[in-house]
Amino acid sequence: MIFVTGKGGVGKSTIAAALGVAAAREGKRAIICEVAQQERMSRFFERQGVGYHETEIAPNLFAFSIDPQRALEEYLLMQIKIKPVYDLMFKNRVFTYFAAATPGMRELVTVGKVWELAQLDRKVKSGSKYDVVIVDAPATGHGVGILKTPKTFSDIARVGPIKRQAETIFKFITDPKLTSVCAVAWPEEMPVNETIDLQKSLKRELGLNLDEVFLNGIYPDLFDDDEAQLLSDRLAHEASTNGAEAAVVRRAALRAALSEYRRSRSQREQLERLEEGLRKDVAELPFVFRPQLDMGAVELLADRIEDQLGAKL
Amino acid sequence: MNVGDLLEGKQICICAGSGGVGKTTTAAAVAMGMASRGKKVAVLTIDPAKRLANSLGLSELGNEETLVEPKRFAEAGVEMHGELWAMMLDAKRTFDDLVERHAPDEQTRDRILQNRIYKEISNAMAGSQEYMAMEKVYELHQEARYDLLVLDTPPTRHALDFIEAPERMTRFIEGKSLQFFLRPGRFGVKMLGRSGGILFSALKRITGIDLLQDLSEFFQSFADMAEGFSERAQRVKELLGDRRTTFMLVTAPERDPIDEAFYFWRRLKEAKLPFGGFVINKVHPDYVKSAVDIDTDRLVPELERSLDGTAGAADLAGRVAENFQNYELLAERDRQNMELLTERVSEDCVLEVPYFDEDVHDIGGLALVNRYLFADAAERQELLEQATV
Repeated sequence: MIFVTGKGGVGKSTIAAALGVAAAREGKRAIICEVAQQERMSRFFERQGVGYHETEIAPNLFAFSIDPQRALEEYLLMQIKIKPVYDLMFKNRVFTYFAAATPGMRELVTVGKVWELAQLDRKVKSGSKYDVVIVDAPATGHGVGILKTPKTFSDIARVGPIKRQAETIFKFITDPKLTSVCAVAWPEEMPVNETIDLQKSLKRELGLNLDEVFLNGIYPDLFDDDEAQLLSDRLAHEASTNGAEAAVVRRAALRAALSEYRRSRSQREQLERLEEGLRKDVAELPFVFRPQLDMGAVELLADRIEDQLGAKL
Repeated sequence: MNVGDLLEGKQICICAGSGGVGKTTTAAAVAMGMASRGKKVAVLTIDPAKRLANSLGLSELGNEETLVEPKRFAEAGVEMHGELWAMMLDAKRTFDDLVERHAPDEQTRDRILQNRIYKEISNAMAGSQEYMAMEKVYELHQEARYDLLVLDTPPTRHALDFIEAPERMTRFIEGKSLQFFLRPGRFGVKMLGRSGGILFSALKRITGIDLLQDLSEFFQSFADMAEGFSERAQRVKELLGDRRTTFMLVTAPERDPIDEAFYFWRRLKEAKLPFGGFVINKVHPDYVKSAVDIDTDRLVPELERSLDGTAGAADLAGRVAENFQNYELLAERDRQNMELLTERVSEDCVLEVPYFDEDVHDIGGLALVNRYLFADAAERQELLEQATV
């Protein structure tokens, strides 16, 4: 199981998709789980909504979108077994309410469902086996969010099946041989801070390490200091020439080059800050210059992930 | 049209949008811009970047407004004719304060604050952060100490979280869906009917949690306060739709944030809530009007000539051209996404802010943003065209 975490807007879903593609290329049977019901995977892979079905979106690659309500119903039906009692619970909508009121219930069934997908003896009829389950985890502010739920729950519940199951799930996600936690960051101040905070709270609250950190959106860094100086001199010179079309284009090109230089420099600073803060090397992923984050973008990132992680995959 | 026009006669500006689009920066810039033009403004932020917070002199979560020292503006070359106050919102604290205000006695107050169900909803229930942000705005608005309140909202997964928050809160506190099963009695909760009994014993068996105990305690403690709470939630809801309030939708020119902003806009219209305008951050300015055909085959030798005399001119020219192509691709993407938005909303209400070469993290940066937010359409166009690098 691989948890992909990170702040909103850093490309978490794209990286989760790319990890799925990379795993499938290695010949693994992989499934990507979305938990925010945003159907990003169907967009990347140009499919109809995936929904609460294990849907094959590419050879050896599946997707699944978790609806906590459905997951809760599925779980209860397995637990209660007595259909009339089950029907009673849902007819009265008391369970919807119960789920809203109970600390972490929605998150627990979500993690529970993810865990269930990763099992080799699936309890769900028609469920098949997967070598790897990739979780596009919900955007967290700080904190460890959904990963902490099983622990919270096993602390609160005194006895009963939920306590036992929460403990089993907790053991699974804290076993480095079975579960890996990855973070996606973006080379700007806030996402870098949050990634460093995430590492600390993972350690403190769950005793877990970040297995891999992906720094996404890195510019190619095309110009060095001397070249930037030269380009800047040229721009100043060009600015005094008249507004012929060709001169406009040249000026625009020089401006864009200087932007690239400045942004790359500030990205490098953030990269250093991130690696220093984490005391760990991060995997650098390029900014994808494409009009849409489509399948092409996902495959390009999958290539780079394979280059950088190689055997670790 | 600019932010100044949009906020004419407004007392509350709610900056909403998806995560990572620069909401906090926009809220701070709008507040500073209005303050510099002579208003007394308070900005309520959720989680500002450390450098921006430092720049405004905000330290830890305080849930209290503090005046941003006038000398900070002078140092950054900003003329300040009004006052800018800032605070970092603490949702849990706001909720606790609310309980304190409505609780009939200390005992009830403590019982609620200690209750597990309460702790959960005050921390994490969907919508409670949003609701508490509005609650604080309501409180400050009642006190009428400011000309304008600018609210930076928590990143919402769904636009609805914000709009529906007051109602959701009311529904929860009144415990409507459980009233069928629960009836507060002198010795705790009595079950109504056999089905309720079966239900709760099944729940208890599966979860191992004596939820019933917590729930009954929660609702009993809240019984006396529920009315006061609901009334207040109703007034907060009314304030959301008041003509003195306006929603500013903050977004970025990529496809997903644009779609989300459009969705939010539609929900605002459906809910008849006051919409002010869109702020689109990080737009790659189109330096070359798309009318100009870019012929890279011609550009490279031209650049090479322009860079003549330097070692490796050809190689450098090639890289400049390559980078320019990439840049134009993004500028074109941004333009298309923004067109998509303006076509769908058919309103002239989009304020563009360019993607700057450096992150905005201080008062000087906010002032730069404001050159665009407070410019009228023609000025903004001119600025974007000659955007300094």
